[in-house]
Amino acid sequence: MARFIERHPAWALIVIIAVAVLAWLVFAIWPPGLEAAIGRKRVFLNAVLNGITLGGLYFLVASGFTLIFGLMRNVNLAHGSLYLFGGYIGYAISTWTGSWILSFIVAFIAVALVGVILQLVVFRRMEGQDLRQTMVTIGLSIVFADLMLWVFGGDFYQVQTPAWLIGPVQLPLLTAIKSSGEPVYLQYPLVRLVIFAASVVIGIAMWLALNRTRIGMIVRAGVDDRDILAATGVRIQLVFVLVFALGAGLAGIAGVVGGTFQSLSPGEDTRFLLASLVVVIVGGMGSIPGAALGAVIIGLAEQLGSVYIPTYAIVVTFLIMVLVLAVRPQGLLARR
Amino acid sequence: MSLLQSTQLRPDPSANAPRRALIPAWPEFQNPAAWLVALILVIMPLIANGFFLIEIFATTLILGVIALSLMFLAGYGGMVSLMQLTIAGFAGYMVAVFGISGNANISLGWPWWLATPMALALATLFGTLGGALAVRTEGIYTIMITLAIGAAFYYFTNQNWAIFNGHTGINTVATPHFWGVDWRGDIAFYYVTLGVAAICYFAVQYISRAPFGLALQGVRDNSRRMAALGFNPNAHRIAAYAFAAFIAALGGVLQVWNYRQISPGSVSVGACIDVLIIAVVGGITRPIGPFIGALIFVLLRTFALDVLIKFGLDGNRFRLLIGLGFLAIVFWSSDGVIGLWERWRQRNASSTLRSGGGRHG
Repeated sequence: MARFIERHPAWALIVIIAVAVLAWLVFAIWPPGLEAAIGRKRVFLNAVLNGITLGGLYFLVASGFTLIFGLMRNVNLAHGSLYLFGGYIGYAISTWTGSWILSFIVAFIAVALVGVILQLVVFRRMEGQDLRQTMVTIGLSIVFADLMLWVFGGDFYQVQTPAWLIGPVQLPLLTAIKSSGEPVYLQYPLVRLVIFAASVVIGIAMWLALNRTRIGMIVRAGVDDRDILAATGVRIQLVFVLVFALGAGLAGIAGVVGGTFQSLSPGEDTRFLLASLVVVIVGGMGSIPGAALGAVIIGLAEQLGSVYIPTYAIVVTFLIMVLVLAVRPQGLLARR
Repeated sequence: MSLLQSTQLRPDPSANAPRRALIPAWPEFQNPAAWLVALILVIMPLIANGFFLIEIFATTLILGVIALSLMFLAGYGGMVSLMQLTIAGFAGYMVAVFGISGNANISLGWPWWLATPMALALATLFGTLGGALAVRTEGIYTIMITLAIGAAFYYFTNQNWAIFNGHTGINTVATPHFWGVDWRGDIAFYYVTLGVAAICYFAVQYISRAPFGLALQGVRDNSRRMAALGFNPNAHRIAAYAFAAFIAALGGVLQVWNYRQISPGSVSVGACIDVLIIAVVGGITRPIGPFIGALIFVLLRTFALDVLIKFGLDGNRFRLLIGLGFLAIVFWSSDGVIGLWERWRQRNASSTLRSGGGRHG
């Protein structure tokens, strides 16, 4: 952090000012003039919270994507299909058993198994051939999409939110003060906050596992130079399988989360594939903190965009990507 | 990059070197099979009726032109761009927006000879800008960025009502009508697409042997060395994107004239990927590949339903068939149908001559 400020004082100043403005917008009570200009504070706060929680979901999808890419140089364009598959599994389990938590576990295991099979049967045979692997993942995504359409049809599904998570919760954020002087606090759905907290926990756990454990050390060494790692006697194929299983399983969990937040239908796979592509392009490919930063930026841009400039929301996301590519082609937090 | 490696490995047969000197740039003029195919294509309206002419052959040629632009980028430039269909769709939208259509509040009502060049120019500009963005990265990153551009355009057309008319799109687009000929009539339109496809084919063929094309292939094989020799790799790449965008735009204009409407469905992510499938299944080392791939794709798309039902299967599984076929091609032949054909011919030749050794791993 200190080095960043030293090397880019202008950028650091801009970032600090932006954070300060955002903090003021979130915590202060808006003067009437501002409310007249850009609308109610409640709308803004809701958009910000929706953006951050959506960013949590994007992080879950994109972290698996970026992990697989970082270690195996495999752009897994079937990642969106894994997401949707996990969602459908979660839906099936939660309607069958009625347990929300169980649906996460089963979705993780099922999608991780698909990932293991993919790695063992398909990708292992074409190691080092980046482009061919990518083509294969495109073919797989078409096949998976059609198979899921076959089994689940074109309907919308929504995973049932458990009873103990339904309903809003009052946050200690002021939205306005009534004329009687009584403060109005923000109401926000509890389930989104819980899911966001869970994705933060998962993110921190992943960071700890990568930076503080032996297996994480092996994975990081593999990201840097997998040939040398293999030469030191590490069973690299096993590491590949484990990482692919973890990345795919995270996509499966994200599918259940997405099915609870939003809904599941054919076409969601491409949507989340696009989201994870943009997130990792912005954040930096192969970097977990980059995925987190990119996910929050894209989630915020999407939600704020859809509130304030509805017909051009997607353009904002896209412009962010263009800007990052123009200034820092390798992504915001990539090391190279 | 294994998909792209075989072009430079193909040795020129030195036996017919004197004849090559006669017709230096166009070896296909010596091939009797090429003449036969050309003849069949020209007299096609005598053989096929309106359905086959438009739904099969004209559609094949249009998709082939769009896939040809991808083949040019991927085969000679080493850049797999998934936004070629997006450029084509953009050109189609521009024809509908500047020309005459059923949505009078959007279309500006320009005559076709003004709207079409405008659409081509804007689409080429769009493709060049996208390319300038994509060349900042390499290899698999290019796929990701161009896919993101394509997907963003799709969602944008869905959301934007002022220019692109949201998810309903623009309908009843007017087609050119001059010299007493309705150029959207079956036979006239077939010849228009055939002419455009032929021009594009020979243009790509010519450029691949021109200094620019050779330099581009040099950049594909070793961009650092080309840079050391004084070439500007990125300028070559962007120029390649501009040329490919123009070809894709031609295909897009033909496509909007063919269907007379355009909607976000025409530029969806699935459609972008279809173009990649067409190019890869056909083979991305030679310009004829995309047309072969397009023919296979269109035949499958049109008849898979009937064939599947005839075998007692669910007719809606057309995409499953396409996906599995694509997977099989990617698995077993890195050079599409052309590669399979060449390997088969080589095996026959080596079994008769017992020379072997013709294959490079």
